[in-house]
Amino acid sequence: MTIELLQLTKQFGKLTAVDRIDLKIGEGEVLCLLGPSGCGKTTTLRMIAGLEFASDGEIRLGDVRVNELAARERNVAMTFQFYALYPSLTVAENLAYPLHAEALSAGEIARRVDQIARILQLGPVLKRRPGQLAEGEKQRVAVGRSIIRDAVCFLFDEPLSRLDVQLRETMRGEIKAVLEGLNKPTVIVTHDQLEALTMADRIAVMRDGRIEQVASPHEIFARPANLFVAGFIGTPQMNLLPVKLVDRTTDGVRFALGEATVILPVNGATSALRPSAALTIGVRPRAFDLAAQPAPDTIAARVDIIEPMGAETLLHLLAGEHELRVVVDRRTRPAIGSTVHLRCKPNQLHLFGTDEQRLDLRTVPAGVPA
Amino acid sequence: MAAAARRGRQRELGKAGWGWTALVAVVSIIYFFPVLWIILTAFKTRTDALAIPPKLFFTPTLDNFIGVFYRASISAGGAQETNFPLYFFNSIFIAGTSVLLALIVGTLAAYAFSRHPLRGNDTYLFIILTTRMMPPIVVIIPIFLMFRLSGLAGSYWGIILLYTAFNIPFSVWLVKSFFDELNPEIEDAARMDGATERQVFFGMCLPQILAGLAATFVFGLILTWNEFLFALLLTGVDTRTVPVAMARTLGGEVGVDYGLLAAIVTLFLIPIFFVTFLLQNQLLRGVTFGTVKR
Repeated sequence: MTIELLQLTKQFGKLTAVDRIDLKIGEGEVLCLLGPSGCGKTTTLRMIAGLEFASDGEIRLGDVRVNELAARERNVAMTFQFYALYPSLTVAENLAYPLHAEALSAGEIARRVDQIARILQLGPVLKRRPGQLAEGEKQRVAVGRSIIRDAVCFLFDEPLSRLDVQLRETMRGEIKAVLEGLNKPTVIVTHDQLEALTMADRIAVMRDGRIEQVASPHEIFARPANLFVAGFIGTPQMNLLPVKLVDRTTDGVRFALGEATVILPVNGATSALRPSAALTIGVRPRAFDLAAQPAPDTIAARVDIIEPMGAETLLHLLAGEHELRVVVDRRTRPAIGSTVHLRCKPNQLHLFGTDEQRLDLRTVPAGVPA
Repeated sequence: MAAAARRGRQRELGKAGWGWTALVAVVSIIYFFPVLWIILTAFKTRTDALAIPPKLFFTPTLDNFIGVFYRASISAGGAQETNFPLYFFNSIFIAGTSVLLALIVGTLAAYAFSRHPLRGNDTYLFIILTTRMMPPIVVIIPIFLMFRLSGLAGSYWGIILLYTAFNIPFSVWLVKSFFDELNPEIEDAARMDGATERQVFFGMCLPQILAGLAATFVFGLILTWNEFLFALLLTGVDTRTVPVAMARTLGGEVGVDYGLLAAIVTLFLIPIFFVTFLLQNQLLRGVTFGTVKR
């Protein structure tokens, strides 16, 4: 079983919430729809569920077009952001509710409820009502209710957003384990990149109703397709610096960053670029080394704010008029107002063109002329 | 020390609590005094009822209550039954049926307005409310003529229909506010779990707003129970309600019998008191519905 979205579009009046997206979720694959609020990720999920009808395009579950089917006819399971437990039913009745539509025997229903209760450790609370449960228990009941029947695919809307940090980590592991056991296509909507990076096989980053990039968590982090994805994924945020290409040297390419220039070890796609082309360089806060001396391949920056984060320290720097975030080892303690020299680690540069799209670049191995 | 502090705080709270309780008691007594006066009058003889200064202590009598149901008649050879049992039945039947009908229609409409808004939804809701905006007496003549022409005047169904129409706007607005408070995710979840729209409505939505429905029912019942104007003009001899019958005991050949009137009022209070008492828990939850955020 697969989920396939073809040119899927949703319009609310004049507003286009989802704009011609194409996506295929394979057998047993977990896909995270990740994006800021209002990007259309929940609307996409609700269209797959059958709770919203598509304005245009097609949704296919397996080989079947399901656009016209109501939610209850699609055999899709979903957990909701606010759990949506049935308040007048006990936990056991909540778990059993999806089975009534399948006309199972009472014995079979009891057997399945027991099984789910065992997997999610809900045994002690089966007789309680949702109002008497802790947040984590509510979350587990919601998950249990969605996996109790043999649905064709699973949808999660912000599954962990209501839990506190500690519980979130435990539940993330539990949900991941449950999902691996299901081996069904699963879509998780989240605005939390950590959730997406840890739970997903692939991530689809959305903005303004469009998909910006679909790739594995590693790929999304290592090779963001455009400026939006580069800035959205990773904490602290990637440094994005507007630069102008000056010329090529034996050690790489010379860029102008404000008043200063810096030689960075890139070529690849840049060979096609003319001098003075306006580009954006992306460097993650952990992809800098501090150099002892200024050099042609370092950027000078003044220390503005120091934020200790435990194992590491986050420095806010000013390079000319540009703000830089750099994460250094906690034992590195520059003074506020002093100047540091930053050297980019090789292989960790991202270069984006004027159209905000990634320019595929190769870094030049140290010492090898371009 | 912590315990001492807690005791101190409790004492403070206790003091404030007593103050509030006293204030509430005084206000309640002021409001309840006329009712109490009527109930006392119902147990007084005619002389005691008219005594000046008013008597607070007197020998109670049940004569007035007997007088509600039997009156002295020479032609009937002693006591003759009055029509008050019928009037009480009429009041209960007419108010109960029309408020229940209004609640059913209003709940269905409220669900539609809340969950499937039309273009211009708010306008429709406003129009529904406008029917309650003018004083009833303004429309009494056209309604009276319509009822005469259609033959509804004097019948049960006529007055029930009218009261139902009167209660619907109130029911729609109140019940809609209860539906609006519900988390729509629960309904979506039920749909995902294979529930039909009917199961979503009856199985998921209604159980969650039962308290609100009870409150709406009681409020409508109180309004309808006490209605006088339309009942006076649109009910006949057989369908007369208690407020109308009560008014008709005024100004007979013996003047106003205050004791009798007070006895009728006292009896008239009992059913509504009973219903309110039975539903008081739901009523409290109903009126506080939505004032506490989830």
